[in-house]
Amino acid sequence: MARNGVVSRRRRTEGFDSSDLSKSDHAQQAHVLAVDDSLVDRIVIERLLKISCCKVTAVDSGSRALQFLGLDDEKSSVVDSLKVDLIITDYCMPGMSGYELMKKIKESSAFKEIPVVIMSSENVLSRIDRCLEEGAEDFIVKPVKLSDVKRIKNYMIREDRSSGEDRGTNSRKRPRDGCDSLSSSQSLNSPPPSLESKLFNRFYPTVLRPSPSKPPSPLFSLSPLPSSSPLPRSPSPTPSSSPCAPLDSPTRRVKLINSAHVMPS
Amino acid sequence: MDGGVGLLQRQLVDYRASLFNEGILNEQFNQLQSLQDESNPDFVVEVVSLFFEDSVRLLNELAKSLDQRNVDFKKVDAHVHQLKGSSSSIGAQRVQNACIAFRSCCEEKNVEGCLKCLQQVTKEYYLVKNKLEILLKLEQQILAAGGSIPVQSEVI
Repeated sequence: MARNGVVSRRRRTEGFDSSDLSKSDHAQQAHVLAVDDSLVDRIVIERLLKISCCKVTAVDSGSRALQFLGLDDEKSSVVDSLKVDLIITDYCMPGMSGYELMKKIKESSAFKEIPVVIMSSENVLSRIDRCLEEGAEDFIVKPVKLSDVKRIKNYMIREDRSSGEDRGTNSRKRPRDGCDSLSSSQSLNSPPPSLESKLFNRFYPTVLRPSPSKPPSPLFSLSPLPSSSPLPRSPSPTPSSSPCAPLDSPTRRVKLINSAHVMPS
Repeated sequence: MDGGVGLLQRQLVDYRASLFNEGILNEQFNQLQSLQDESNPDFVVEVVSLFFEDSVRLLNELAKSLDQRNVDFKKVDAHVHQLKGSSSSIGAQRVQNACIAFRSCCEEKNVEGCLKCLQQVTKEYYLVKNKLEILLKLEQQILAAGGSIPVQSEVI
């Protein structure tokens, strides 16, 4: 879908679908770059983000995303001064996958600090592991819901938009007007999450998280998993060259959990 | 008249509940509904219309791909994957389920199986299309009469 490079049926400004760029009263809103080849999904994620008080630029491919960021070979960025606070991308896309896009972003000195969230319709543990290890903040299993977007807003707020601030040493941001103030009350003085805590947060998004200064408590057991995170399917017996085929699932998660001293069920 | 709107609203609630009970729609549809408000009164209609257009395109592509002498199962699977994704995003549960079954046939490289799956997906698609058109028409009637669309309580 959208094979001819059209970003959105409705707006074609410069080939990108950017909204509310000119409204100065939205200057303090987080700006999210959303990447998804499915038009239906782009419309939905755009709405979810806007309703959560974000500015959104939606593109239909990884290469378009790099072009927007100015990371493509032509170094053409539409709006240089427009900062991106979070990138949310579909995993399975023709051409460049969301994983490959994230790797390119993490390899760039200008953009590696931007939090990246991956979305996928497939709940494949090895895929989740790979993405988190490569630096993804979170992994959302589609269909994306409002609660998912509320959760990822936390990552945006930790990225202080004022210049010169490093991650983990942010001062409190002022609350967004008219928006849910829940996320602005989250603790901001937290160190970057470890891989173990990312996995923990991924599977227990609604559980009160332990203090970021210590690892997840060993009293938390892994079962039962929440119903929104079904166990992955067993690996396909035949290897497939399709980038979106189920991957064989290593026991990395079990190793990580064991290293965090959490007892599997 | 208030009574008229009330009747329409009750019809809507009952009809919607029946679609959920029959597994035609799932909670994700409620998510979409909740994203619609006065500033975006046509959001659901817009998304559903895009889904219809997209699905017709994909079903045609699937029929074409399966009609080839040497079926490219990777291509077929890619189309089914897209259809599965968009049906999941709007909450069209039965279409989504039919796509999951379809992908198994693709993995097995079973042409006959795939053709049967295509038949099933097509059937489910036209079913949900029909039902959604009725549902959305009811919603439009309520809005036109000055009423608001009742929120569905969480399906257990």
